[in-house]
Amino acid sequence: MNIIVPIKQVPDLVEELEIDSSGKDLDREWLKFKVNEYDDHALEEALLLKEEFGGTVTAIALDGNDIDKALYAAAAKGADKVVKVTGLDAHVSNHQAARALANVIQGMGADLVFTGVQSVEDRDGQLGVLLAHYLNMPHISVVTGVTVAGSNVVVKKEYSGGIYAEFEAATPIVLGIQAARETPRYVPVAKVRRAMSSTEMEEVSAGDVSVSAGSSVSRMFKPVSGGKAEMLSGSAEDVAGKLVEIIKSKS
Amino acid sequence: MANNIFVIAEHLNGKVEDITYEMLGKAKELAASAGGEAVAVLLGSGAKGLAGDFAAGKVLYVDSPQLAEFNPEAYCKTIASLVNSHAPKAVLVGNTSQGMDIAAGLSIDCGLPLIAYASDLSAGNVTSQLYGGKMNVESAVEGDRFIASVLAGAFPTDAGKGSGAAVEDVPAPDLSGLKIKFKQLHEPEGGDVDITASDVLVSVGRGIQNEENLEIVQEFADKLGAALSCSRPIVDNKWLPKTRQVGKSGLKVKPKVYIAIGISGAPEHIEGMKDAECIIAINTDANAPIFDFAHYGTTEDLFDVVPAMTGKL
Ligand SMILES: Cc1cc2nc3c(=O)[nH]c(=O)nc-3n(C[C@H](O)[C@H](O)[C@H](O)COP(=O)(O)OP(=O)(O)OC[C@H]3O[C@@H](n4cnc5c(N)ncnc54)[C@H](O)[C@@H]3O)c2cc1C
Ligand SMILES: Nc1ncnc2c1ncn2[C@@H]1O[C@H](COP(=O)(O)O)[C@@H](O)[C@H]1O
Repeated sequence: MNIIVPIKQVPDLVEELEIDSSGKDLDREWLKFKVNEYDDHALEEALLLKEEFGGTVTAIALDGNDIDKALYAAAAKGADKVVKVTGLDAHVSNHQAARALANVIQGMGADLVFTGVQSVEDRDGQLGVLLAHYLNMPHISVVTGVTVAGSNVVVKKEYSGGIYAEFEAATPIVLGIQAARETPRYVPVAKVRRAMSSTEMEEVSAGDVSVSAGSSVSRMFKPVSGGKAEMLSGSAEDVAGKLVEIIKSKS
Repeated sequence: MANNIFVIAEHLNGKVEDITYEMLGKAKELAASAGGEAVAVLLGSGAKGLAGDFAAGKVLYVDSPQLAEFNPEAYCKTIASLVNSHAPKAVLVGNTSQGMDIAAGLSIDCGLPLIAYASDLSAGNVTSQLYGGKMNVESAVEGDRFIASVLAGAFPTDAGKGSGAAVEDVPAPDLSGLKIKFKQLHEPEGGDVDITASDVLVSVGRGIQNEENLEIVQEFADKLGAALSCSRPIVDNKWLPKTRQVGKSGLKVKPKVYIAIGISGAPEHIEGMKDAECIIAINTDANAPIFDFAHYGTTEDLFDVVPAMTGKL
């Protein structure tokens, strides 16, 4: 199987998020980025399939937001090829990002495309589903396990409450991975550094991306809720004492 | 037709999901101001009866053996053909496991803008919750038609329930040659602990850092006589079984007291616990969205507060 894994850098939510002067976007000057956690799962599932059934794994990403590091990390984990798509602004809509990736993936002879199921900033739709429709491939999202059966794949899709559905699908297909069967592998920094010097990153132009999301952000704001929590003050001991009292009185 | 609001009804295992009623209630409101009606779109096989309590102006029902169970490909094709032929003003789809397979595809196949993670909707203005609940954005739509994927729990169910909506049978489009085949539905295996039955839940998130540290919260839960539940990453790391997961893809819980420890409060987690009677949050990040839902909170380090609480029990 020839598996393509699109990966994306997203703002690390542990950092404080600020709004820029336009009032419509995050202030990106000091933002720290990290790989979307579901992309780690997508890559893991792809590598597991490759180990079991053979094939190749290609990580692909749009340029920007410190992406080289993420692509080299994918190579260090076992991706055979890494591709960077150039010529686009890093803040294009997901419709345009999907169009660009579709332009490039179209000629790659993919059997499977594994995206992360979603990211924290896909306002105009999950890229995986958009990509599938541009590629004219079927799509299943919220996937928690993939196995190969001949030229087909058997796919687990998760619902709520621990219920999941099993589908059998012909390839090629795009799958939005929620969780790999195994915890994503860890790769030490030294190995990523080695990958940086031993991996050849392919750069490909995005091509024609004249599609539109059909909407734009008019305002970004921090949520204000009516019932903000009553914050307890004092030392950890004091707070612990108050919390124990509250728990006892409410239960 | 052009002023109608479509709601894509969702069902699993022969039961209509709450999101359907939540969206129907909102759709009625939007339709009233647009001068149209709320139209529920129901797909299934022998499932017409599910529409019995839909508060809709009309129900469009498509029956086919291929639609008996949710199938991303068959559902996308069928719904896209309905949206294209009826040209509603807006289409509401649940931001659920099923809806996530429908909404973005519709956007392409019907050439309509999609606004995802909608937590509020009015004509031409949609609010989305992004960045794990840390930021909201309002979107302006070009033209006046759009698709929104709606967060579960954003609107009440009551307004979407009623009786007597007329059901119109619509023939299914050609669904031969599907590349995706539904095989079967798997029910969850019973767990050691039923977290939905516990009056008090001690719930742990990624803030606990590693598997060994779970002992700290387990000991607290034991002393308190509470069950231990968790957020999704704890399950994905295989530190606790799936049966302990609270949220969108886990279980919905309504305990008297829910103690969220090192949990940020992403929308997918909030969906599962926001109806708890008393929510307590322990999180070092004062901006964590969990504090918008909690009744009591502290930004003290969990590694200080939790052992201290255990010591007082
Ligand atoms: C389709 C889908 C379904 C999903 N379903 C679910 C679901 O059912 N349930 C669910 O929970 N998630 C679900 N998620 C995932 C969800 O989006 C979040 O990623 C997840 O809830 C985050 O878990 P968390 O809060 O434990 O981790 P994080 O978001 O990483 O938060 C950890 C928190 O711990 C705090 N912290 C760190 N150290 C300390 C300390 N020493 N003391 C106190 N606090 C500390 C941090 O400030 C942070 O706020 C789903 C996602 C998708 C895409
Ligand atoms: N700019 C991008 N480059 C490569 N892949 C992307 C990009 N944006 C989104 N993706 C893929 O689509 C998935 C879902 O992201 P999103 O559409 O932002 O929810 C991600 O996990 C990636 O697999």
